[in-house]
Amino acid sequence: MEQVIFTERANQIVRKDGAVDFTIACNRDSLAGAVSQRACVFCGSRVVLYPIADALHLVHGPIGCAAYTWDIRGALSSGPELHRLSFSTDLKEKDVIFGGEKKLYQALTELIARHKPSAAFVYSTCIVGIIGDDLNAVAKRVEAEQGIPVIPVASEGFKGNKREGYHAACKALSKLVGRGDVSAVSPLSVNILGDFNLAGEIWIIKDYYQRMGVEVVATLTGDGRVADIEKAHGAALNVVQCSGATQDLAVMMQETYGTPFIRASYFGIEDMSQALYDVAKFFAEKDPGIMDRAKALVRDELSMLYPKLQEYKKDLKGKKAAVYVGGAFKAFSLVKSFRHLGMDVVVVGSQTGTEEDYKELAAITDEGTIIVDDANPLELSAFIKEKDVDIFVGGVKERPIAFKLGVGFCDHNHERKEALEGFAGMLNFAREVHATVMSPVWRFTPRRSGKAASAATSCTSPERPCDCAEVK
Amino acid sequence: MKDGSPFVSTTNACKLCTPLGACLAFKGIEGCVPFLHGSQGCATYMRRYIISHFREPVDIASSALGEKNAIYGGGANLKKGLLNVMDKYGAKAIGLATTCLTETIGDDVKMILSEFRSEFGDLSLPAILPVSTPSYSGTHMDGFTGALRAAVDVLAGEEKTPAVNVLSGFVSPEDIRHLKTICRAFCLPATILPDYSDTLDGGAWEEYEKISPGGTPIAAIRAMGGAPASLEFGRTLDPARTAGGLLEERFGVKRLGLGLPIGLRETDAFMAALEELSGRCLPRALGAERARLVDALVDGHKYVAGKRCLIYGEEDLAVGLASFAAEIGLVPVLVASGGSSGRLTSAVAAVSGDILREQPQVASGVDFYEIADKAKTLAPDLILGNSKGYRVLAKELNVPLVRVGFPIHDRFGASRVIHLGYRGAQSLFDRVANALIEKKQADSDIGYGYI
Repeated sequence: MEQVIFTERANQIVRKDGAVDFTIACNRDSLAGAVSQRACVFCGSRVVLYPIADALHLVHGPIGCAAYTWDIRGALSSGPELHRLSFSTDLKEKDVIFGGEKKLYQALTELIARHKPSAAFVYSTCIVGIIGDDLNAVAKRVEAEQGIPVIPVASEGFKGNKREGYHAACKALSKLVGRGDVSAVSPLSVNILGDFNLAGEIWIIKDYYQRMGVEVVATLTGDGRVADIEKAHGAALNVVQCSGATQDLAVMMQETYGTPFIRASYFGIEDMSQALYDVAKFFAEKDPGIMDRAKALVRDELSMLYPKLQEYKKDLKGKKAAVYVGGAFKAFSLVKSFRHLGMDVVVVGSQTGTEEDYKELAAITDEGTIIVDDANPLELSAFIKEKDVDIFVGGVKERPIAFKLGVGFCDHNHERKEALEGFAGMLNFAREVHATVMSPVWRFTPRRSGKAASAATSCTSPERPCDCAEVK
Repeated sequence: MKDGSPFVSTTNACKLCTPLGACLAFKGIEGCVPFLHGSQGCATYMRRYIISHFREPVDIASSALGEKNAIYGGGANLKKGLLNVMDKYGAKAIGLATTCLTETIGDDVKMILSEFRSEFGDLSLPAILPVSTPSYSGTHMDGFTGALRAAVDVLAGEEKTPAVNVLSGFVSPEDIRHLKTICRAFCLPATILPDYSDTLDGGAWEEYEKISPGGTPIAAIRAMGGAPASLEFGRTLDPARTAGGLLEERFGVKRLGLGLPIGLRETDAFMAALEELSGRCLPRALGAERARLVDALVDGHKYVAGKRCLIYGEEDLAVGLASFAAEIGLVPVLVASGGSSGRLTSAVAAVSGDILREQPQVASGVDFYEIADKAKTLAPDLILGNSKGYRVLAKELNVPLVRVGFPIHDRFGASRVIHLGYRGAQSLFDRVANALIEKKQADSDIGYGYI
C-alpha cells in the first residue's frame, strides 16, 4: 500500500531500494494545508538561545509566541533560572498601528532593572517584520544605557523554517563571543555546541570531557551563561552536536577566531565513544596520555552498560521502529542505537534534514526503509501502518499519532525529562523503549485485538441491542 | 491594560493567543478542520500546546506563508491550502482563523474566499467558517467565542427544531458529556456547541482517522436559528460578540445568559432554566446528585472553612470558581485573569456578594508575575487554576494547587476533569477538601492516618 498522499510531496519520500541512486527533495517550504510538523524561524531561534539561563529572553510581539514557549523545554540550569520565565511585549492593536519601538524600549528597561540579567536577547516575531520596528536602534540604546549586551534576534516566523531560526540564533551568539578575557583558559579546552542540557544531559558529557582532562569553556547553550559564551573564543576546539542548530556559529568562529570544529553526537554507544575519541585525537599532540584516558573511560562505562542492554535486547529483538525527529543527526544515532537493542528502523525522517543527511541515512538503513522529509500526520500514520512498527520515536506532536494507532512511543524531543545522551542515556533509552514496546496494553488496542474499542460504533447484533432505546 | 501597574511588559502570561481559542472551538464541529492563515509556526505551536493537554491528535492546517507571501499577500497559499485540506482530509467544514501576520499584511480573507468560491465552484466545497483572530487583540477566549459566532453566522438557518441550543463555553470533554446526560435526563433535545467530547477525548483507533470522529453535527448547527431558545454560559460575555447573541438578533431565538454552572447555586440556576424549557421538574437522578452534594458540603465544611483561596484562569471559569469557593466556605482572596472584558469585577460580585463579608480582590488583564506578586501578601491556603501557576505560585508558596481548566500539562486525565453540574461541584469539593487534608497531613510529623 504505497499510496502517495500529497502528490506535490512525492519526491520528499523515498523507499530505499539498492537498485537506484538515492535522491530526495528537501529544504523546501512546507506545503500549504498539509499540517506540517515543522515550526517557524522564531521556534528555531528560541530553541537554540532559550537555555542561556542568566539572559533575559524578551519576545517582541503579540502574546502567543511567548506563551507557547514558556518553560516548555527541559533545559536545566545549575544556577540562575531566568530562562524559565516568559517575557513578552504583548503587542496590542495600537502598537501594531503606531509601532512597538517605544514599548520595546520600556519593556527592556523595566525588565533589566527587575531581573538584572547578564545580557538580553530580543526576538522578532512575524508582525515585527511587517510593522518595521528598528530593533537594532532600540537594542543599541538600551545597551548603552544599561551596560549589558542587548542583542536582537532576527527571527520573524515567516522568513523560512527552523533552519533560518538556527542561523539567526547563531548570529546573535556570535555577538557575545569574543567579549571575554581568555587568558586563563587551558590549551586543552573545548566548547560544547548544540546541546541544550535537557534533563541534565550536558552535565553527563561535561563530566566525560573533564575526566579526560579537557576543560569545557562554554556550553552552548545548555546550562549556558553569558560570561562563558563571551570567553568561548578562548577554547581550542568546538565540538558541535545537532547538525543544524549551532554549526553556523562554529563556522563563524572558525572564520573569525580560527577555532576548528568537529561534529559529534552523544546519542548511542558508537557515536558517544567516537565523540570522545575524536576530541582525544585532536589533543593527542598536546597530551599524549589523553587517548588512553578516553579509552579507559569508554571501557569503564561500557562494562557497566553492556550487560544491562543485553537484558533488554532479549525482549526487543526483531521489533520495528519508526523515527521522526527535528534534525537528521539524531536519526543517525537512533538507527545505530536500535541495532544495539536488536531492532530495525524501518521509517526514518526529519523536519529539516539536508540532502547529505538523507544520503547518509540511506547508507546506514536497510533496504525498504522509508526515508521522509517534512512529513505530516497523514503520511506518518500511513507509514506506521504500512510497516507495522512497534515503536515511534518523535516529539509531543507525534505522540498521539502513535498512541491512537496502538504503537509504543519514545519522546526524543526537547520536552523530554529523561537524559538520553551518553552511556547513562543509552541505558535510559533502552529502558524507555522496553517499557513502551513491552507494555501489556497494546493487546487491547484495535490494531492488535481486532476489536474496535470505541463505544460509539453502532450495534452489530440485533438480538442483543446495545441501548435501551433499541429494545422494542 | 493592567490595574494601575506601571509595567509595560507581560511576564508569564495568564492567557493565550486568539487563534488558539478559535481552533479549540472548531475542533468541536463535526468534520471540521481548523485552519490557520499565517506562518507555519503558529499551527505547530498551538497543536503542541493543545495536544499536551488533551493527549489526542490535533491536526491544525496552515497556509504556511513564507516571506514572499508576506510581501505579496497570502491569497494563493490560502486557496492551495484549502484545496489540500478538502482533498486530503475530506473536510465537511474548515474553520479558518487568521493570525497576526495575515491581519497585519492586510489579507482580505472575505475577498479571497469569494474568489475561491468562483474559481472552484464546480467542486463540492465544504462550509468555510472564517473568523478574524489577530493575536494582538483579545485572548484565546475571544477567539473561541468568535469562532462559534462565525460558525453560526455561516451555517444557521431558520428551519425549526425542538433542540435547545446549549453554548457551553470552554469546558472539558467530561463536562460536555455531563451536559448531554443532564439534557437527556430532562428529555430535552439539545444542540451543544462546540462538542469536542469525542474529538478531543476519543477511543483507540484501528485506522488513522483524518478527522477525529464526533463534534456538533453541521445539520444541527444549521437548525440553531430555529431553536426554541439558547442557553449561553459565561457571565462576562458580551452578547454582541457571541453565537447566542447572533441567533437572537438574526432569528429571534431567545438567549438565556447564565454563568458557567460551577458549584451549587450556578447549577441550580441552570437546572431552573432546563425545568422551564423542558416543562419538567428536576429529574430524580439529578436531584439525588444535588442531595449528595449538599450532604458532602456539610460533612466536609470544616476542612475548608475559612481557608484563603486564590483563583485564576479564563474570566468565566474564574467567576464560576469564585461562586463555588464562596458557597462552600472558602475565602477567595484574589480572582485573577489574563482576560480583560471589563465585566469580571461585577460578575464576581454578582455570584459571591451575598455570601462573602468582603469581596475578593479582582484583577483582570494580569499576568502570573503580577498574580504572584499579590499572592505574597495574600497568603493563600489553596490555589484553583490551570497548571501554569504551579511553579510560580503553588511551588513558590508551598500551597496546594487544585488543577482545573486549561492547560493541565502536568497531570494526567485533563479531559476527564469535571467542573459542571452537581457532579462537577462534588468532584471539585472532594478535590479541594482532599488537597487541604493532604497538605495538613504532609506538613505534620505525627503521621495522622485518621483526619
